[in-house]
Amino acid sequence: MSVNADQVRHVARLARIAMSDAEVEAMVPEFNNILTWVEQLAEVDTDGVEPLTAVIANELRLRDDVVDDGDCRDDILKNAPEAQHGFFAVPKVIE
Amino acid sequence: MAELTTKTIAELREGLRGGDFSAREVAEAYNAAVAAGRALNAYTVETPELALAAADAADKARAAGELKPLSGVPLGIKDLFATQGVDTTAGSNILKGFKPPYESTVSAKLKAAGAGMLGKLNMDEFAMGSSNETSAYGPVVSPWKRNDGGNAALTPGGSSGGSAAAVAAGLAAGVTGTDTGGSIRQPAAFTGICGIKPTYGRCSRWGIVAFASSLDQAGPMARTVRDCAILLEVMAGFDPKDATSLDLPVPEWEKGLSSDLKGKKVGIPTEYRIDGVPAEIDALWDKGVEWLRDAGAEPVRISLPHTKYALPTYYIIAPAEASSNLARYDGVRYGLREMGVKSLDDMYAATRAAGFGAEVKRRIMIGTYVLSAGFYDAYFTKAQKVRSLIKRDFAEAFKACDVILTPTAPSAAFGLGEKTADPIAMYLNDVFAVPASLAGLPAMSVPGGLDGQGLPLGLHLIGRELDEQGVLNAALAIEERAGFNHRPKVWW
Repeated sequence: MSVNADQVRHVARLARIAMSDAEVEAMVPEFNNILTWVEQLAEVDTDGVEPLTAVIANELRLRDDVVDDGDCRDDILKNAPEAQHGFFAVPKVIE
Repeated sequence: MAELTTKTIAELREGLRGGDFSAREVAEAYNAAVAAGRALNAYTVETPELALAAADAADKARAAGELKPLSGVPLGIKDLFATQGVDTTAGSNILKGFKPPYESTVSAKLKAAGAGMLGKLNMDEFAMGSSNETSAYGPVVSPWKRNDGGNAALTPGGSSGGSAAAVAAGLAAGVTGTDTGGSIRQPAAFTGICGIKPTYGRCSRWGIVAFASSLDQAGPMARTVRDCAILLEVMAGFDPKDATSLDLPVPEWEKGLSSDLKGKKVGIPTEYRIDGVPAEIDALWDKGVEWLRDAGAEPVRISLPHTKYALPTYYIIAPAEASSNLARYDGVRYGLREMGVKSLDDMYAATRAAGFGAEVKRRIMIGTYVLSAGFYDAYFTKAQKVRSLIKRDFAEAFKACDVILTPTAPSAAFGLGEKTADPIAMYLNDVFAVPASLAGLPAMSVPGGLDGQGLPLGLHLIGRELDEQGVLNAALAIEERAGFNHRPKVWW
């Protein structure tokens, strides 16, 4: 499979990365080189092979349903580019 | 007391215990070395005051007879580890100025064991790179030079490039690294030091900036195999805050060190002899086989048939996980925010465009594509199936051998700028390192010798899962026989 500029633009939009037309054009051949290279996996016979889920067998643990953390709102907001009234602040989304 | 910065961690421990020198003297010597080594660009932040505070605590502990395992040992911490109140940026502009209100489990364990922090170490942005050239702080320069009379600046490898350069140049007694697809082992090989990636799940990932969560593992880098064992014992251990942390006791790896390999079988994988690798590297590999034979081990040929598919598998899985992990950098909770746009959606896109470098964008884009509707099965599921086969290859091989020996990297360190134009040429650096990552196995690089240009080459040992001891012991046998005591000549 190979991608064109429109598809790269679509992926950039999904990834929320703003790209100029020049950047999109530059990425098309890079993208296709990498895709062509990874597509050599198609020649591997994987019939009946389960996809790997856990690389080292491990049990999913459950912890007790109690609060063991928290009460650190100000710590969490300390690194925010903008915080107001104890919340993260973002550009207006509703007119 | 410049000679203090040439001591191993084991020697520092003995010297401090015996009162040959104080922890403060050690910290001062290292702080001076860090300040004098700025031309290497190894540190992104220097924290001499933290190193001194830990040293003073160590000197007090000694007086009180309460020395801890790493009392008075100054370490560098890779910038991927969250360090409370100290800038943690993962080498990225998007996290510039981020000061975590918490400490990563691994660095907290090191500090609780008495270690002092000299500063944060430069790295490829979000650990995505094999030459440290994708860092927002600029590349680390290797302390090593070719012996051809030229003055070319070389890469220390990556992504733990600052970590490797700091140990090689005597700017830290030991360091933390992280390894997703070779990021501890390849830089260790390029700079003539040791580095071990333990079994996936041994070291907690909590507080380590995530790249590819099914692959990321922390590990130590240091001058000797023993030093790696000492550090790993402190760094490893169960952590309920990491869902993939292994709930197992931490073995006493240092106590278990033994270079007597009688009765052990060393697997030599046929598929790791690949075209385009310099003859010197194959020759060193052969020497490594002889060293292990001399230590009592029996070399056996093994086959890992899916080796050639490991890199393409990795370059589907790692970007896929990265595209998901890096979705959190949205300009809302921490780090950079680009304004001057109208909508919230545009703010996300503008922030990410401004904050991420080219390689990180490339990998997020690839990852987003392989996970997108209609392509998920063809790429991601297929890659996870091949990953199963790669893991199965190792399981089969370990029926016939106890540890596997290969070269660490397909070349010695290359010049800065030599491989940046071709992403795939850069990815090939990790051709020998990536399979063990995909299988979650412990693996280590140990210096083997110098090439014709006077640059270090590493040998690579891969063990059964949870058999860090077997890896360390084989590495020790090589270390004792290689007699590698070369250090870069100080030019910085």
